Amino acid sequence: MPEDTKLSREPTEPAHEHHESSLTGYIVIWLILLAGTALTVIAARIDLGRFNAAVALTIATIKALLVALFFMHIKGAHEKLLKLVVISTIFFLFILLTLSMADYGTRTWS
Amino acid sequence: MSDSTVVGLHHEEQHHPELLHHFAEPQQQEDSASLGMWIFLGTEVMFFGGLFCAYLIYRLAYFGDFAAASQTLSWKLGATNTAVLICSSLTVVFAVYAAQQGKRTMLIGSLVLTIILGFAFLGIKATEYAEKFEKHHVPGPSFQFDNVPVPGHPDQMANRGHAQIYFALYFIMTGLHALHMIIGIGFFTWLLFAAWRGRFTPEYNTPVEMGGLYWHFVDIVWIYLFPLLYLIDLHK
Repeated sequence: MPEDTKLSREPTEPAHEHHESSLTGYIVIWLILLAGTALTVIAARIDLGRFNAAVALTIATIKALLVALFFMHIKGAHEKLLKLVVISTIFFLFILLTLSMADYGTRTWS
Repeated sequence: MSDSTVVGLHHEEQHHPELLHHFAEPQQQEDSASLGMWIFLGTEVMFFGGLFCAYLIYRLAYFGDFAAASQTLSWKLGATNTAVLICSSLTVVFAVYAAQQGKRTMLIGSLVLTIILGFAFLGIKATEYAEKFEKHHVPGPSFQFDNVPVPGHPDQMANRGHAQIYFALYFIMTGLHALHMIIGIGFFTWLLFAAWRGRFTPEYNTPVEMGGLYWHFVDIVWIYLFPLLYLIDLHK
């Protein structure tokens, strides 16, 4: 019994208690994502000069962040190591894109 | 829950049947699965990242031709498919919620809706692909892209070769994405089968969660593909 007492102090509550009241939250995120899609289309049809692509990518990134944080539960994730994996993924993608563009962007294309 | 049941969960003979013996407790097992899944998704990001990088380089080099080729696509179909995927992501979070709460009917319903939305996406994609074949916009010997003006420059015709690069990237990126959708639908069909047999409980629902992570990732890829492929210089 003394050994078992130690074990029984382990947290036994369900790990996903924060999901309990989250159905409304999910619907709110879903509506924002749909609105974001409409906004992308509207923004693409307005002439913003060179900022059209930047606006489209900003909206896409906000939508991707909402999906990752709330639908994929990075926000309030139980495993801390997981955040490190996500941040390193973004970091390596950043290296891939910026170093490639540093090369091709400084070449002279005819 | 009485104290004896809590203690009893930790006995070798009485632990949850889905808890593998090399894990101390269900939470550790679930965290390991989740971490592994995220590392896999990290490799997937780099996999698609290479294609996005190639797209970026050619788009900056041949912007006018890419805009001309992009405008042969229907942004309405692209936007519809974006909405379909966003709705399927909602049904997926509902499925994960239902599995965690032990709501079997809601779980089965959400999984069925997800699979239907997945097929709807692929159906729309197939119509688009068929149209490309009809218009000879598929890269290869029969590729045709002549006398298409560059948007904003009515007297300047798009370069056939550069437009072909756009369509090659279009087919590789959306094709790879569609392949991920097919694998996702396959996995969700298995989840539906397992859920039907009552395999998932509030204590054990890791496969539903992992399937959900995969599905959302595929959704995120499309969130980027839609503006990049369908909406180039649409205002011109």
